[in-house]
Amino acid sequence: METHAYLPRSPWARFRTDRRAMLCLSVLCLELVLVFLLPPLLGLEPNVSDMAAGFWAPPSRTHWLGTDDVGRDLLARLLCGGQVSLLIGLSAAAISAAIGVPLGLLAGYRRGAWEFWLMRLADVVQSFPSIVLVLCLVVLTGPSAGNIVLVLGLLGWTGIARLVYGNTLTVRDQEYIVAVRALGASRSLILRRNVLPNVISPVWCSIPLRAGRAILSESSLSFLGVGIRTPQASWGSLIQAAADLTVLTARPWAWLPPALCIILTVFCLAGIGDGLRDALDTRSRRLPI
Amino acid sequence: MGRYIRRRLITAVPVFFGITLLVFLMVNLAPGSITDLMGEGSAAGADKAALEAALGLDRPLPLRYAGWLGDLLRGDLGESYFYDRPVSRLIAQRVGPSLLLTGSGVALAVAIALPLGVLAAWKPRSPWDRLASALSLISYGVPGFFLCLAGIDLFSVTLGWLPTHGMYTFGTFTSLTDLLRHLVLPAGVVCISSLGELVKQTRAACLEALGQDYIVTARAKGLTEGGVMVRHAFRGSLVPVLTTILSHIPHILGGSVVVEQIFGWPGMGSLLFSGISQRDYPVVMGVTVVIALAVLLTNLLLDLVYGLADPRVRYGKG
Repeated sequence: METHAYLPRSPWARFRTDRRAMLCLSVLCLELVLVFLLPPLLGLEPNVSDMAAGFWAPPSRTHWLGTDDVGRDLLARLLCGGQVSLLIGLSAAAISAAIGVPLGLLAGYRRGAWEFWLMRLADVVQSFPSIVLVLCLVVLTGPSAGNIVLVLGLLGWTGIARLVYGNTLTVRDQEYIVAVRALGASRSLILRRNVLPNVISPVWCSIPLRAGRAILSESSLSFLGVGIRTPQASWGSLIQAAADLTVLTARPWAWLPPALCIILTVFCLAGIGDGLRDALDTRSRRLPI
Repeated sequence: MGRYIRRRLITAVPVFFGITLLVFLMVNLAPGSITDLMGEGSAAGADKAALEAALGLDRPLPLRYAGWLGDLLRGDLGESYFYDRPVSRLIAQRVGPSLLLTGSGVALAVAIALPLGVLAAWKPRSPWDRLASALSLISYGVPGFFLCLAGIDLFSVTLGWLPTHGMYTFGTFTSLTDLLRHLVLPAGVVCISSLGELVKQTRAACLEALGQDYIVTARAKGLTEGGVMVRHAFRGSLVPVLTTILSHIPHILGGSVVVEQIFGWPGMGSLLFSGISQRDYPVVMGVTVVIALAVLLTNLLLDLVYGLADPRVRYGKG
């Protein structure tokens, strides 16, 4: 313990001293505030064509990012697309964790048939490259924001469940668990109070990474035209315009901003994940990894 | 060893049925029947029933699953609704291009990632280490389709060096240089996409190996740092690195949906995409099940090889 006695005690206090992670967190929060507050504040309408400005207007004072193929304001669509992309990413990660954590705990703690069948189920899901299953399920159930969140969330549980499962296996036979069991605590109490707090930290680190991956999956689907579709917008569907070579080369203002938004968001989520890992895992502090 | 093989095979059986069941149910429980699409406008009542009977869709679900599974085990994946050809022949045509594209991309990524990962582990916080973490971040965070667009914008449109579409220039006969020119951009994107994971794993595995006692021994023997690094640390990290490389096999086989679709590469990924867009269910089922079963088989073989190579694996928790 003496090697890192200088570290602030709580994980949050340690996270706050991590400048890069805090920067990433602030940028992400700023993005969330902007995409939700700016449209009502600036009176932006993502689905109204401005006939005066015309189609594919370049950036101007009335349309800061220009207009699209039917004269809709691209800044409005960028912000509303951001709402969709960010919400899909964050809620898909939350759903995956909400399923993966309890299933991982059950498999690791009860072992036996639970372990066998839950892990085989994870094997089945992980036998498919994720984009393959996501693509098929989203197209078959009908592309909508709700279905994309459900598919991404429901398929993403395996990684988290395996993390929790592996840690639960090492925790379940430790003496303090045996001691609580001997005191007559119920299984659900042990799982909630004694096992869960000791296996949850890697999950916190993986949630931002998973959210980033969900945003990337959603944008790939929307880019391919099988995710979010017009009149709704997402960052991926806005970039779809660049599949047209004239848009790609002559109108970078139409597709570069959403692309940069995706990259910035995913980088920030990765930075937050790294910061959480350093803050929660005292072991990595001892080794300069 | 016999017991280990038997146990490993037993776990593969439910996964096999799980994969086939998932693929079957995914397609057959999807809302909207193929008959609605095929006979749009005209088909109603009797026509629709006849069409369903012709496609065998009027039988109960368990029977259809059993029939499909039986055909699958005999290597018969059914007929495509749209191409009027057996799905197995379509897949056979598309596997080659996917193997070429993703295989060369991943091979290039391995060739870059292994030395870079070792260098990054050898000299932490050096420029090599920074380059390695920058590449992992780009590989994780920049969407593949953006790399494709940027590549097309730069190399095809602005510089005019490389073609944007297909495997061969339309109308020409197959020539190797033409093929290579078409391969560069998509394979480059595949390479960048798989690079990050490989660099990260190589670096982590090398760092892990560097902490082992045999490294201390090797240093104590008076070996040079380079010799320790290459002959001991790198070799000690080969198993996890190899596992990461081999975990790319399903992607090599399944191709990359996004890259193949953007570059019009005639591989498994674009076959799957056109199949799902046209609701060509036999194609969708065939491609997904072939990819997943290939993964299952690869994992099985890997585990058996590890079991042979390392006795600790055999007696560990399965």
